[in-house]
Amino acid sequence: MTTGDVAVRVRDVSHQFGEPSDKQHVRALLDTSLDITRGELLCLIGPSGCGKSTLLNMIGGLLEPTSGTVDVAGKAVRGPLPRDIAFVFQENALFPWCTVIENVKLGMVFQGVAKSEQDGRARKSLEAVGLKDFINHYPAQLSGGMRQRAALARALSLETDIILMDEPFGALDEQTRMILGEDLSVLLAATGKTIVFVTHSLGEAVYLADRVAVFSARPGRIKEIIAVNEPHPRKPSFVTTEKFSNLRNTLYGLLHDEIRKAVEQSAAVGPAL
Amino acid sequence: MSPRRELRSKLASRAVQVAFVAGVLLLWYLGTNYWGISPILLPNPVKVWAELRDVLATGEFWPDLRVTLTELVTAFAISCTGGVTLGYAISRSPFCIKVFEPLLAGVYSIPIILFLPLYVLFFGLGPGSKIAIGATISFFPIVLNTVAGFGYVDKIFVTAARSMGASNIQMFWHVLLPAALPVILTGLRIGFTVALLSILGSETLASLAGLGHRIVHLAEGMETARMFAYIAFAVVIAACLNATVSGLERRSKR
Repeated sequence: MTTGDVAVRVRDVSHQFGEPSDKQHVRALLDTSLDITRGELLCLIGPSGCGKSTLLNMIGGLLEPTSGTVDVAGKAVRGPLPRDIAFVFQENALFPWCTVIENVKLGMVFQGVAKSEQDGRARKSLEAVGLKDFINHYPAQLSGGMRQRAALARALSLETDIILMDEPFGALDEQTRMILGEDLSVLLAATGKTIVFVTHSLGEAVYLADRVAVFSARPGRIKEIIAVNEPHPRKPSFVTTEKFSNLRNTLYGLLHDEIRKAVEQSAAVGPAL
Repeated sequence: MSPRRELRSKLASRAVQVAFVAGVLLLWYLGTNYWGISPILLPNPVKVWAELRDVLATGEFWPDLRVTLTELVTAFAISCTGGVTLGYAISRSPFCIKVFEPLLAGVYSIPIILFLPLYVLFFGLGPGSKIAIGATISFFPIVLNTVAGFGYVDKIFVTAARSMGASNIQMFWHVLLPAALPVILTGLRIGFTVALLSILGSETLASLAGLGHRIVHLAEGMETARMFAYIAFAVVIAACLNATVSGLERRSKR
């Protein structure tokens, strides 16, 4: 693979919270290296506290690695890169004092999009996520699933090459999650964007990802990367195939021991962590 | 609750409220006319009403009202500017919040009106001391609510805005201020109410003019009916001002 195909290059990245002498010292991530290919959807999956979100925030420039480097589009990341990277957070990252369309436009105001373009781009992205009829609603008037659609529209309107999603469906019920996953697969297949998607759900990972990176328990490192090899957009019937269950079982096998380790760790440290 | 039942219960509670006020007025009337309560202690409501009409018709209330309102507006302007500015400055550092929030809350809980004699010594019997005490007392709820408003903005909003490239100025206008505004407005409303209370109160204690001064002056001259008329007038003015401020607060919160 040539360097041109790599959207994000992560090299020997570690992150620790606090100093080694502190009681609260946590090594969240240890010597992780990873290449994310342009246009792929990579899922990060692993036990709680393994550093998946930490890695995502370091790629997005919201957090500085303790050691190691992250390059995006060939340049070292030193802070947020609003022109290259958009985020979708877990929940409630929409501004409650703005309507849906104002939320989307405000993102473009921050990014520096010309005023004349904002309205058209906002409407286009809201239509793409199926919120055409709700643009003047406030976030509080929408269901959790619709709020996440709006957050996705805000990210899409920024027209970045990369979107980082931190458990975007984590707070939703199973059915809403499934539908959003299906829609996301269709939507993203059309855009060709590079997506990094943190999730706890094995099914979601297999259904959405081109590759799934499985993390070990803390200190987190990438234990294995599984390729899914199924064209996008994925059909809903993909879930019922043998290939799907085999991949899901493989992930389950890789994760099970790590999750048990993570649970034992947190039990040893006590309920504070 | 269905809208219809809601309306009915609202009407019922209104009816009870009106009946209560009417009952008090009736007791007042009966007590003064038939039960022999001294008119020096409690004048007849009909007499009070006549006095009130006289006060309004002659316009003699204007000088006092002007003094009280000027004191109120000046005091509130001072405490708003000081409270919001200082509150914002404190909220920018978790260390400052940890140091100053308990300190300010502690001072807020002592009855500052006790220092009125000191204020009179410093600023004289005129409007100066009323402005100073009003500004001091209303400063605390405003600064505390401003700290609470700006200091506890949900981190995810700041992170999201930062990830989209918000500058510091954009962060203030589009994220911090709208997130903090409801709490700050509540502080301003409380500040306004306590400023009004403390100014009227200190006018009754030591002053040269103002509605509070006038009320005490009439009481000392045994003109109880006119005093009641002025009290009613001051109550209406205060209610109007508070309703205006609450209305502004509600509207901006939507």
